[in-house]
Amino acid sequence: MPKMTMVQAINRALDQEMARDDRVLVLGQDVGRLGGVFRVTEGLWDKFGPQRVVDTPLAESGILGTSIGMALAGLRPVAEMQFSGFSYLMFPQLEGHAARFRMRTRGRWTVPLVVRMPYGAGVRALEHHSESKEATYAHVPGVKVVIPSTPRNARALLVAAIRDPDPVVFMEPKRSYRAFREDVPEEDEMLEIGKAHVVREGTDLTLISWGAMMRPVLEAAQDVQTRRGASIEIIDLLTIAPMDDQTISDSVRKTGRCVVVQEASKTLGIASEVIAVINDKALMHLEAPVRRVTGYDVSPPYFARENAYIPGPGRITRAIEETLDF
Amino acid sequence: MPCDGNASCTDNGRTAVCPDPADLSFRIATLRVLDEQGRVQPTAEPDVSEAELVRLYRAMTLAREADQRMLKLQRQGRLGTFPLCTGQEAAACGSAFALRPDDWYAGGYRDLGARLLRGEKLETSLLYWAGYEEGNVSPEAGRTLPTSAIVAAQTLHAVGIAYAMEYHGERAAVLTSLGDGGTSEGDFHEAMNFASVWQAPVIFLCVNNQWAISMPRSGQTRSRTIAQKAIAYDMPGVLVDGNDVLAVYQATREALDRARAGGGPTLIEAVTYRLMMHTTADDPGRYQSESELQEWWRRDPLPRFRTYLEDKGFWNADRQASLDEEIKAEIDAAVQALESREGLAPDAQFEHVYDTRHARLEDQRAEFLANLARESHHA
Repeated sequence: MPKMTMVQAINRALDQEMARDDRVLVLGQDVGRLGGVFRVTEGLWDKFGPQRVVDTPLAESGILGTSIGMALAGLRPVAEMQFSGFSYLMFPQLEGHAARFRMRTRGRWTVPLVVRMPYGAGVRALEHHSESKEATYAHVPGVKVVIPSTPRNARALLVAAIRDPDPVVFMEPKRSYRAFREDVPEEDEMLEIGKAHVVREGTDLTLISWGAMMRPVLEAAQDVQTRRGASIEIIDLLTIAPMDDQTISDSVRKTGRCVVVQEASKTLGIASEVIAVINDKALMHLEAPVRRVTGYDVSPPYFARENAYIPGPGRITRAIEETLDF
Repeated sequence: MPCDGNASCTDNGRTAVCPDPADLSFRIATLRVLDEQGRVQPTAEPDVSEAELVRLYRAMTLAREADQRMLKLQRQGRLGTFPLCTGQEAAACGSAFALRPDDWYAGGYRDLGARLLRGEKLETSLLYWAGYEEGNVSPEAGRTLPTSAIVAAQTLHAVGIAYAMEYHGERAAVLTSLGDGGTSEGDFHEAMNFASVWQAPVIFLCVNNQWAISMPRSGQTRSRTIAQKAIAYDMPGVLVDGNDVLAVYQATREALDRARAGGGPTLIEAVTYRLMMHTTADDPGRYQSESELQEWWRRDPLPRFRTYLEDKGFWNADRQASLDEEIKAEIDAAVQALESREGLAPDAQFEHVYDTRHARLEDQRAEFLANLARESHHA
């Protein structure tokens, strides 16, 4: 199995799906000749041509709105928002149209499309290039929100997203794009959308996160486990919406303690929703209050100070220990 | 023939809605087939059979009569808030009449006549305005998108569909319609731009009824015409008399032929007038002048087209009487079908959110049904 970065793994998913199904096409700003600003679509333009790898005008609503039309007419568009910070311009098309066509037409018209966007801080980017707005998209019924954390699950989830009959917002943790490599199998591999992944089983505490936060989460868990011999169960949500309530509640019912880690700002984030699920389904099993480790309720600071915002292993470790000791 | 830039074609005297093309520093094609008295310009007359002309007249008449009946139903609490289409039948019907079944239609929300011509059942339209999603389910209308209540959003869908038509190698085109207010939306300009860059087979029909609720056309744009917005996107822009159904038809047909032959998009501005309120919740007396309204009633597209048909020997009072009877029966039947319809299952809102059911939504459905059972038990 070749070792790949997440960028290469996503590229492989696009390449293989385009080769498999000629209804699949890619569109966005600079995705063609340039191969995307992160080179995610590198090589596709040469291989599949400009009709299937479409360099569009600079207009996010236009990209998503035309993608909706393509999907209604039988294509499987994969639209790219260059950065999630620019994606708000397409929000009305997503919320008002992509998300609703199935329900408002009782299944007569559907919009199978994927909108990919790099999100998150930690790459010393300019302003408007570092946000984590998954909760905004998760608040739209009819849309699925998927966030991979490794090259292998990015590939397997993107294949599933492209084959999914519903609109999928696919948020790529750009901090993890080239941070590490992982074996990615040559053959087809899919992960089911809507299922969280238990990365490691444990009995003392459940640690829940997703996306770029999975790396510091694993580091912190390893640290606590090594120093204290605590058995920590780690859950990678992978699908943010619709959420896998079952995996969360099964784990917390077993461990009785939980810490949720998110990069996004604190108020009304996905961590709040995870805690609400625990409240609904596992409250009487808790031995300690559920802790959140999150970004702060500020816009992500410019990159010179971004490390003051992003949750790191130190904060996560302390939250785990305080929850264990409660 | 130019749309005459006469005084009654102005908007409270502020900006000419329909300026004399001779006054413009650029060229915009203009088209009129019937004058205000319904007399035909023989050189501009399209070649359409008697049966087809009668079909077109019937659709316009049905749209008018249904609109007026719907107003009564709404006032009686039997229908929800809806936007009236009276006065705009020539623009909606003339354009849709030019479509072939393999063409697509992506309209807005004031285009009943176009939907009926596409094959939608009147009962389906009524269902939509009665508050049921089933009113968006119209397989009879084929490649017709459901009503778009978000202004101008549908223009982008049209461009994407047109891209897909080219991608599939189909020689079909897409007609999308919007109002004068819609031309202020970013989506309209993005759609015009994408269509131009892609040379997509799309016809943008701006039904300029001169009002966006209370905002007159002059407050939307300083452009002398809406058609001229095509110039910036390097596509043909055509100005037509929107109350002249044959001019609207002819302009749309030419644009469709050009699009199907690979000639790219066209913007058509059909100048008409909203003769009724924006929706049943609106009160135009607060902003519209009575004299202007009367002036436009004088240009009503229906008697104008009827005069043409009579002059051709295709129509007379007897035929009108039997059409009126037939249409009344059709509307009665649609209202009857609407009101005798079996209700949906109470938990229908939990269907069709996603392709497959999801545990979280199924929990919510169970909670809803349990509450329902409890409430009906107490009732």
